Amino acid sequence: MAKILKKEVLTPQIKLMVIDAPWVARKARPGQFVVLRINEQGERIPLTIADFDLQEETVTIIFQEVGKTTMVLGDLEEGDEILDFIGPLGKEIEEKYFGHVVCVGGGVGIAPTYPKARAFKEKGNRVTSIIGARSSNLLFWEEEMRRVSDELFVTTDDGTYGEKGFVTQVLERVLNKDKVDLVVAVGPVIMMKMTSLLTEKYSIPTLVSLNPIMVDGTGMCGCCRVTVGGKCKFTCVDGPVFDGHQVDFDELMARQRIYLEEEKRALDAWLMETEKEGAPYHVY
Amino acid sequence: MSTERPSRPKMPQRPPEERIKDFNEVPLGLSEEVAVAEARRCIQCKKPTCIEGCPVEIDIPGFIKLLSQGELDGAIAKIKEKNSLPAICGRVCPQEDQCESKCILGRRGQPVAIGYLERFLADYEREKGVKAPSLPPPRDKKVAVIGSGPAGLTCAGDLARMGYKVTIFEALHAPGGVLVYGIPEFRLPKAIVAQEVDYVQSLGVELKVSRVIGKTFTLDDLKDEGYQAFFIGTGAGLPYFLEVPGENLNGIYSANEFLTRSNLMKAYLFPRYDTPLKVGQSVAVIGGGNVAMDSARTALRLGAKEVCLVYRRTKKEMPARIEEVERAEEEGVNCIILTNPVRFLGNENGWVTGIECIQMELGEPDESGRRRPVPIPGSEFVIPIDTVVVAIGQGPNPLLLETIPDLQLNRRGYIAADAETGATSLAGVFAGGDIVTGAATVISAMGAGKRSAQAIDRFFTDSNSFPEWRQ
Repeated sequence: MAKILKKEVLTPQIKLMVIDAPWVARKARPGQFVVLRINEQGERIPLTIADFDLQEETVTIIFQEVGKTTMVLGDLEEGDEILDFIGPLGKEIEEKYFGHVVCVGGGVGIAPTYPKARAFKEKGNRVTSIIGARSSNLLFWEEEMRRVSDELFVTTDDGTYGEKGFVTQVLERVLNKDKVDLVVAVGPVIMMKMTSLLTEKYSIPTLVSLNPIMVDGTGMCGCCRVTVGGKCKFTCVDGPVFDGHQVDFDELMARQRIYLEEEKRALDAWLMETEKEGAPYHVY
Repeated sequence: MSTERPSRPKMPQRPPEERIKDFNEVPLGLSEEVAVAEARRCIQCKKPTCIEGCPVEIDIPGFIKLLSQGELDGAIAKIKEKNSLPAICGRVCPQEDQCESKCILGRRGQPVAIGYLERFLADYEREKGVKAPSLPPPRDKKVAVIGSGPAGLTCAGDLARMGYKVTIFEALHAPGGVLVYGIPEFRLPKAIVAQEVDYVQSLGVELKVSRVIGKTFTLDDLKDEGYQAFFIGTGAGLPYFLEVPGENLNGIYSANEFLTRSNLMKAYLFPRYDTPLKVGQSVAVIGGGNVAMDSARTALRLGAKEVCLVYRRTKKEMPARIEEVERAEEEGVNCIILTNPVRFLGNENGWVTGIECIQMELGEPDESGRRRPVPIPGSEFVIPIDTVVVAIGQGPNPLLLETIPDLQLNRRGYIAADAETGATSLAGVFAGGDIVTGAATVISAMGAGKRSAQAIDRFFTDSNSFPEWRQ
């Protein structure tokens, strides 16, 4: 059991929770994730760790309500408990000096970008961050990202805030005028794919953090397998961070859609049961 | 054949057309009358060979004699001297390769149905309610058991009965290991596993679920918390894939994923339970072991119209229990033998649509003693399917092992451990079950857990008892 100490509604669909989980906080590093199960009937879902606090022994998660599980989670309040909170899982990113690191965060992926940007900054890197979302009401943590970045760019697809367009167009500008040693991209698969295609042209090493469907998160089931450099890897134990130039993103996108029908069915049943207004349903 | 002696009873079981509609248990168990009659068939050999066939050396003639006299309580107590999980073993042990294969009666007729009798007695006791035995005075030594499968549960239970303070750490959210995530409800009801786990807890064993050792805690963290000995029973939990083209297409599962979704996550109760499991109309299971049979039978129960089993050797070489193969076939599973997948075919949306296979023939025996399957050139053909379960075995999960760099592994990546004691290259660290032997049986894992419990006791009482394994 892990208690929710704090809940913050970042945008109508994106929520932050600070979880009392000493067993995870003590070991957590940037890049790692947790698997959680809300209740006895619940599924196990992976969430990348957005922040962790060794003193308070807490872990911060940020999630977008896209289906039943994330909506049920979003309905929990401070003081409520999550039945299983497992981690930290996966491998951490290599925290070291590269020089100039560009961190690209898209949508809810801004959350896991934050601890990475902070870690790179702490290692003395010059950090440029580019964050973006579909619209201003999906954007969050601009100030947090600004604090750990030497320079920050913000985009929205619809131009309701910051620069209109995609993070990749800002990235291209940065790559054209500046020397970049490493790009780190976290967000929707299509964003990570476009970022990786772009940086490949410039031959800039690029790390992406993948978020495929998982069950156990400990290497036992192989549900999260991805093709990296022509080889089959398990995201949960070999990742979640991989060389973006080696990842087969199209396969990953197809695999993320395996349960689309079932997810919709579960969501509809739950909305009916709780008489909630249906939120626009989508999966990255 | 003489008709004077009664013959071995057949296990009553639910008819195939009924049982494939649900996940309830298939065999129904013997009645007391039939069980006692069967026990009387045992000739009580002076030198019983059946015990040699039992990895935990149950006094088989002893318990059978008590049963034949109608002393059910005495009989189950006799079993429990050596085996703390009889309701499980009575269901999933391959008795035909173990105790029953050594039964003298089997030479001229049918061996005593030892497994059925064990199951009967365990169920009798379960229905009555199991009492925890009285425990010796507590000892001031803490043992950490990593993994709550058959090896870990047995080791923990035995140590607790010696008075040690034991904590089991389980990575998943439910205890039982392969007994809960792997073996389906229709073969091993989860209520039985839960009862066995409750029993171990009633001995004072502390159980911590959702704690991944190697990630949440390292072995050194546990040492700092005062644990002085360790038993690693983490199983063989890394699924093997065929490594042929197209294997990451949608609709292709490892057996571990397929069974974990169904068993542990209860996907068969979706959407009442949140975890889905997509099963199409036509399912192919690759492999010939018990896990393959479990997957095929699960697929049928989840609504598949056709389920075939694709195996590269013949039925004779299948590692699955004969009765499991028979039950699968009764339920309509079609065995396609001497056939091996070459690649998976898919559609434009990334879903699997077929398996290109090649026909095989049996050549010379390989190191396992089974005749090696050899492809027949030019014999490729396609099996159209929409779901595949790959059940070709598991390897050692490196998650814990890579965080203990000093722990010696064997050539296959499993923990190098003494077969008699489970002692490893690290003092105070013992290991047993599939993480040492590779995928084997529930009972052999239990046997290993048992031997390690004895060894850990010796380790505490005489610190020089494992010099050869000291660093």
